[in-house]
Amino acid sequence: MEALLFERDTILVAFWMTVRLTAVSALGSLVLGTVLAAMRVAPLASLRGAANVYVSVARNTPLTLVLLFTGLGIGANLGVELSDDIATNNFWLAVIGLTAYTSAFVCEALRSGLNTVPVGQAEAARSLGLGFVKTLRLITLPQAFRAVVAPLGSILIALTKNTTIALVVGVSEASVRMREMIETYGDQVIEIFLGFAAGFVLLCLPMGLLFGWLSKRMAVAR
Amino acid sequence: MSYANLYEAPGPRGIRRNRVLAAVVALALLAIAYVVYVRFDQKEQWAAEKWLPLLRGDVWATFILPGLAGTLGAAVAGVVLAGLFGLVFATARMSDHRWIRVPAAMVVEFFRAVPLLLLIFFAFFGSFVLIGVNISAFAAVVFGLTLYNGSVIAEIIRAGVQSLPKGQREAAYAVGMRKGQVMRLVLLPQAVRAMMPALVSQFIVLLKDSALGLIVGYDELVDRGLNGIAANFSNVIPAAILIAAIFILINLSLDRLAHRLGAA
Repeated sequence: MEALLFERDTILVAFWMTVRLTAVSALGSLVLGTVLAAMRVAPLASLRGAANVYVSVARNTPLTLVLLFTGLGIGANLGVELSDDIATNNFWLAVIGLTAYTSAFVCEALRSGLNTVPVGQAEAARSLGLGFVKTLRLITLPQAFRAVVAPLGSILIALTKNTTIALVVGVSEASVRMREMIETYGDQVIEIFLGFAAGFVLLCLPMGLLFGWLSKRMAVAR
Repeated sequence: MSYANLYEAPGPRGIRRNRVLAAVVALALLAIAYVVYVRFDQKEQWAAEKWLPLLRGDVWATFILPGLAGTLGAAVAGVVLAGLFGLVFATARMSDHRWIRVPAAMVVEFFRAVPLLLLIFFAFFGSFVLIGVNISAFAAVVFGLTLYNGSVIAEIIRAGVQSLPKGQREAAYAVGMRKGQVMRLVLLPQAVRAMMPALVSQFIVLLKDSALGLIVGYDELVDRGLNGIAANFSNVIPAAILIAAIFILINLSLDRLAHRLGAA
C-alpha cells in the first residue's frame, strides 16, 4: 500500500491522461461514427461502399497495429506534425488512432439502431416531403440514438480500457505508470495491480450505471 | 439490408442529380487518395525497395510466417483456455449455491473491467515476485487473453442458457437427470450452439488482442512485421499495410464462418 500512497500524485496524473484520451477520442468517434452510419444508409452507392470498406478495415485490424500505424507511420514516417511539443503530438496521434478504430464500432451500433426504427417513421417523414438528409437528421437518427444508448456505453467503456494501448505511441497513461511502479516497487506487485485495476473500475462503473439509467430513460416507447 | 425506405425511388431528375453527386463523391475520394499518394511520394513510400521485400520468400520465412505462427499460437491457446474458463464460470454463476454464484460473479465482473494490458503486465512483470519464476511473454499474453476473454465468454454462455426455453430444463429433470447432467448434457450444448456467432466474434477480438504481445516482447505478427521487417528495410508503412491485410483476411473469414454457423 505504501507505494500507492507515496506515488498517488503521479498515479492521478497518469489517470488524468487516461481520462483525457478517452474524452477526446469518444467525442471524435461519436462524430465520425455518425457520419459513417449516415454514409452507410445513403442513397449513393459510392458513399455506402466507402463507409463499408472503412468499417471492415477498422474493425478487423488490431488496435495495437492501428496505433503503431498512426505513431510510426503517420507520425514518424510521413512526418505529420500536430504540435511542436512531442507529448502533445503523441497525444493527438493516439487520439487519431483511437478515434479511427472506435468510430467503426459506433457506426455499427448506430446502424443497428437505425434498423430498430419502424419503416413507417421514415415513410411518414417522406410523405411530408422531407428528403434523405432531413429524414435521417430529424426523424430516424434521433430515434436510433435513443435505441443504442446502452451499446454506446459499452463502446465507451471499451474505449476507456483501450486507451492503455496508447503507450505504443509514447503516451504516458495509467498502464505505463503501472509498469514503472511494478519495476520500482517489486515487492508490492499485487497492491499496485489492484490499485490500478480499481482505478479503471472506478472510471468504468459510473459510466455503466449512467448509460444503463440513460438507456431506460431515453428508450422510445413503442 | 437496404435502407430504401429513407428516400424515394429517384425520378428522372433525381437520377440525374444522383449521377452528379456520385461523380462528386468519386472525385472527393480520388482527391483524398491523391493527397495520400503525394504525401507518400514525398516521403518516398512508393520506392520499390520498400515494397519488393514483401514479396521475397526469405522475408516471409524469417518474419511473416513465424509471426503468424506466434499470433495463431497465442490465439489458439487463448481460445481453448478462455473457452474452458468461460464454461466453468458460466456454470458457476448459474449455481444454486450462493457461495459459488457470488464469488464467480465477482471474478467475471472484475476481469471484464480491467484493461487486458494491465493483466499482461501484472503476469509478465509480477510473476517473479509472485511465483518465483519469470514467465514467458507467451504465457503472460495467454494468461491475460484467458482471463479477460474467458469472462466475456462466460457472460455470452450464460445469456445463451437463459435464452433457452424453460421446458428444456424441466424435461431433463423429468427424465431423472441430476443438476450437473442437466447443465452439461442439455443446457450448455444448446447455449453454445445458439451463441456461436457471438462466440466467434469474441474469438476475433481475442485474435486481435493477441497483438498486445508485442508490448512485452512476444514474437507475434505485428511485432515481426513492423519491428522485424521494418528494421531491415525501413518500410514501416508497406509492412503495416501487409500485416493489416493478413489480419483482415483471417478475421473476415472467421466472420463469414460465424454467419454460416449462425444460419445453420
